[in-house]
Amino acid sequence: MAQMVKKDDDRDEEADYSPFVGIEKGAVLQEARVFNDPQLDPRRCSQVITKLLYLLNQGESFTKFEATDVFFAVTKLFQSKDIGLRRMVYLMIKELSPCADEVIIVTSCLMKDMNSKSDMYRANAIRVLCRIIDGTLLTQIERYLKQAIVDKNPVVASAALVSGIHLLQTNPDIVKRWSNEVQEAVQSRAALVQFHALALLHKIRQNDRLAVSKLVTSLTRGTVRSPLAQCLLIRYTSQVIRESSTSNQTGDRPFYDYLEGCLRHKAEMVIFEAARAITELNGVSSRELTPAITVLQLFLSSSKPVLRFAAVRTLNKVAMTRPLAVTNCNIDMESLIADQNRSIATLAITTLLKTGNESSVDRLMKQITNFMSDIADEFKIVVVEAIRSLCLKFPLKYRSLMNFLSNILREEGGFEYKKAIVDSIVILIRDIPDAKESGLLHLCEFIEDCEFTYLSTQILHFLGNEGPKTSDPSKYIRYIYNRVILENATVRASAVCTLAKFGAMVDSLKPRIFVLLRRCLYDSDDEVRDRATLYLNTLGGDGAVVETDKDVKEFLFGSLDIPLVNLETSLKNYEPSEEPFDVKSVPKEVKSKPIAEPTGLRAPPAAAPAPTVDTYERLLSSIPEFSSFGKPFKSSAPVELTEAETEYAVNVVKHIFDGHVVFQYNCTNTIPEQLLENVSVIVDASEAEEFSEVAVTPIKSLPYGSPGQTFVAFEKPGGVTAVGKFLNVLRFIVKEVDPSSGEAEDVGVEDEYQLEDLEVVAADYILKVGVSNFRNAWESMDPDTERVDEYGLGSRESLAEAVGVVINLLGLQPCEGTEVVPNNARSHTCLLSGVYIGNMKVLVRLSFGIDSRKEVAMKLAVRSDDISVSDAIHDIVASG
Amino acid sequence: MQLSNDVVMELQENCPSVKNLLLLDSEGKRVAVKYYSDDWPTNQSKLAFEKSLFAKTQKTNARTEAEITLFDENVVVYKFVEDLHFFVTGGDDENELILASVLNGFFEAVTVLLRSSVDQREALTNMDLIFLCIDEIIDGGLILETDGTTIAGKVASHTIDEGAPLSEQTITQALAAAREHFTRSLLR
Repeated sequence: MAQMVKKDDDRDEEADYSPFVGIEKGAVLQEARVFNDPQLDPRRCSQVITKLLYLLNQGESFTKFEATDVFFAVTKLFQSKDIGLRRMVYLMIKELSPCADEVIIVTSCLMKDMNSKSDMYRANAIRVLCRIIDGTLLTQIERYLKQAIVDKNPVVASAALVSGIHLLQTNPDIVKRWSNEVQEAVQSRAALVQFHALALLHKIRQNDRLAVSKLVTSLTRGTVRSPLAQCLLIRYTSQVIRESSTSNQTGDRPFYDYLEGCLRHKAEMVIFEAARAITELNGVSSRELTPAITVLQLFLSSSKPVLRFAAVRTLNKVAMTRPLAVTNCNIDMESLIADQNRSIATLAITTLLKTGNESSVDRLMKQITNFMSDIADEFKIVVVEAIRSLCLKFPLKYRSLMNFLSNILREEGGFEYKKAIVDSIVILIRDIPDAKESGLLHLCEFIEDCEFTYLSTQILHFLGNEGPKTSDPSKYIRYIYNRVILENATVRASAVCTLAKFGAMVDSLKPRIFVLLRRCLYDSDDEVRDRATLYLNTLGGDGAVVETDKDVKEFLFGSLDIPLVNLETSLKNYEPSEEPFDVKSVPKEVKSKPIAEPTGLRAPPAAAPAPTVDTYERLLSSIPEFSSFGKPFKSSAPVELTEAETEYAVNVVKHIFDGHVVFQYNCTNTIPEQLLENVSVIVDASEAEEFSEVAVTPIKSLPYGSPGQTFVAFEKPGGVTAVGKFLNVLRFIVKEVDPSSGEAEDVGVEDEYQLEDLEVVAADYILKVGVSNFRNAWESMDPDTERVDEYGLGSRESLAEAVGVVINLLGLQPCEGTEVVPNNARSHTCLLSGVYIGNMKVLVRLSFGIDSRKEVAMKLAVRSDDISVSDAIHDIVASG
Repeated sequence: MQLSNDVVMELQENCPSVKNLLLLDSEGKRVAVKYYSDDWPTNQSKLAFEKSLFAKTQKTNARTEAEITLFDENVVVYKFVEDLHFFVTGGDDENELILASVLNGFFEAVTVLLRSSVDQREALTNMDLIFLCIDEIIDGGLILETDGTTIAGKVASHTIDEGAPLSEQTITQALAAAREHFTRSLLR
């Protein structure tokens, strides 16, 4: 005996730190043989089970065979009366999740435990049994479960109720029969029994609105003791409110008093649940909102981070739609900027950025500057994004916001963060014309000391497009040429391109650019030298044949009209020979959708909507039939003409020209066994009288999976917003393809495929172009072009819906965030701007009002470059 | 359409639920974990979640008060004691205070069970108690109990009445029990 003790001591020392050091599955499975000993040692068995559970917990998995083996061994342990061991056995069975024929072996043991005198046995046996049981066995034990639900021991009752919630998903019919018992349990004195019973009762009745409503009505009057149950009741109450709100018009919301009362509950979780429920009520009024905001405001100064976080997160959500309601909390919010928990600080900042008005912007920026230096990049990105939207909201404040962005741009930061800042500056430059020059200079300064090649090249590219259009392009040259001197080859090559762009656009700078480019001819890198030579040639710097101005610009600014993937494959296939590589030999058919193509390599995707238009323009001008149409005025977003997952997927892009309309049908063949040839769309324009078809370009061959484009062009009267409906049929020759060889048969069959109809609407003739200061823009337009009229829009769901409809109808750009209608507003003014076909600027001022019967009236005021355009806008509304 | 979607969402979110309970050591390694949601289908994804969560929270001071963060569209509340790190994860929309009460129950129950010496060594020696404890807090994602003392009481009940049926134990078992009690008291 003494020897045994010694041995144990040794092992204790070895495994001093962890009893699981060097644990190994095979060895533990061997150890599990003790389960089969005729004389069971409960302690030892418990230890082995703990080890097995530990292995599973560490992510180890048992094979089917091992699991079955362990399961059968474990079932032997039901012989032991040791409570501790039995508990471990329960856990083990749950972890092993045995299959149906194994379950039968333990069912009787567990059923015996369910009827044991020990409550601990009963509660656990119920939970285990319900976890592994199926429908037929469930009916056998249903009687016991019903009894357990109303058992006076709360642990047993909770076990049965929670199991009921799980079983409701698999055997709803059986569990629904327990309704009476569950209802009794709702009245239990034990807090958690009440919670579990309420959850189950609601789940049983959830599809019966009336029953749920009755449940809520009766319980909100009585006293629910458990805070968790109270939280549930609040959730159910908001659901009932949501469903009944449409019927009640007197203004008093049913159950609001209950929610408001919960704000005075003693448990914080209930107070918070109620406050959150109130802020999420549909169309909540200021009067209803105030008490909830007050409670949340108190939480903001709590010592518990969880409370502060919960409160600031909820207020942040409220601020998105109701910034005014949250302004009272601004002082408390500002103190949270210094919160130790950075999630809380960031939420506070972004809330403040939403609630701030134009006058508080400067003060806020000062505080944020201090805060920015000690938070992680991911939070900084959130702040940068919030500042970007703030700047778009208050364009007049661009100066201080742009300064802020340029300051943080100079500080330390990772790539993603710097990219977010650069993207923001680029967006501000695009959207706020006044900010252009200072923004470009900030970017120039940034690339003077930028460690990210990607960002440097992006900025140089952007600079090349925007810089020449500024009042004094020459001041950028120094920054660009510095890149040529100081940077790595990639950036140098990119800077050469930018220089060339300045040379092409600004004649006065040409001689200087030539000098600089000639210096680049001695660069150590091939690519830089090649580019310099190329641009000197095209711009005529070395006295060679000067290409026409248009060609040069097209070459420099146009986008590559062939997909890069195709170019890459063609170049790889090209074998060196006497014959030079011909770019024209590269197929232009886009393998993926044309819109997806420009994102990856070009300027930051969010900042560059333009390349899409470029891509289209290139594509269209490459087709001789359309060359005489001029530049397209607008290209619509693709409209799907087929349902998803049909044999042929077709969408269409409408290109509007001054005197023509071209439909670009993007077709995809989704059947591997078919090759389509001579694919075209037959368009019936009988419902579009002003249009007459002039050209069709079919797709010669459309193999499986690679999209192709077919075009149909129409002539229409110039300068008029001709509208109409077009019926489309896809016509093609289909050839069977042998799946093994990939060869198509020689003979095909002609076939047709019905597509959805397509409409050309007035909005197709209008471009969305924003203005930064609507008021100034409005005043600068000739008042004589103003046309005002009033319209009744009939009964609408809400003011917001009416505003949305009109914006969509006109297809203009909403300005200064006026497309957002505050909840419960009775009137709203919306400002729109855009360009009408023929390059006519249009500004629209919409005033909406809604009365108690939800009738919406609208006053429409238009100013534009030409009075006929103002009339046309009115026509669109009158006929829409 | 919109409404029915809302209703479906509502039904799923009605009952407060927990996505996982984690107990990690000072290096972010598992002591004991339990997942209740399908968000992390493989062991790899679970380990990755634990690793990045630990990295994110490691530097924060969650020793006096429970801390909280948004992580991968989830709300995570956490508390650190000695070399043990307690985490409770819930959905993006879960009531933060309910999750905090679960965390608190978890933490208090473990404190009672490990008799106030809450550290990794003690947790590993009493792994069975930790497993039982987790089992008594959450059942399939639903909250079973949040009161620490009650949870600990349910777990420890067997150790209490273990002494009672002494007659049923064999001499060897009784000796083994005595030996264990003895060595434990020596180690302390």
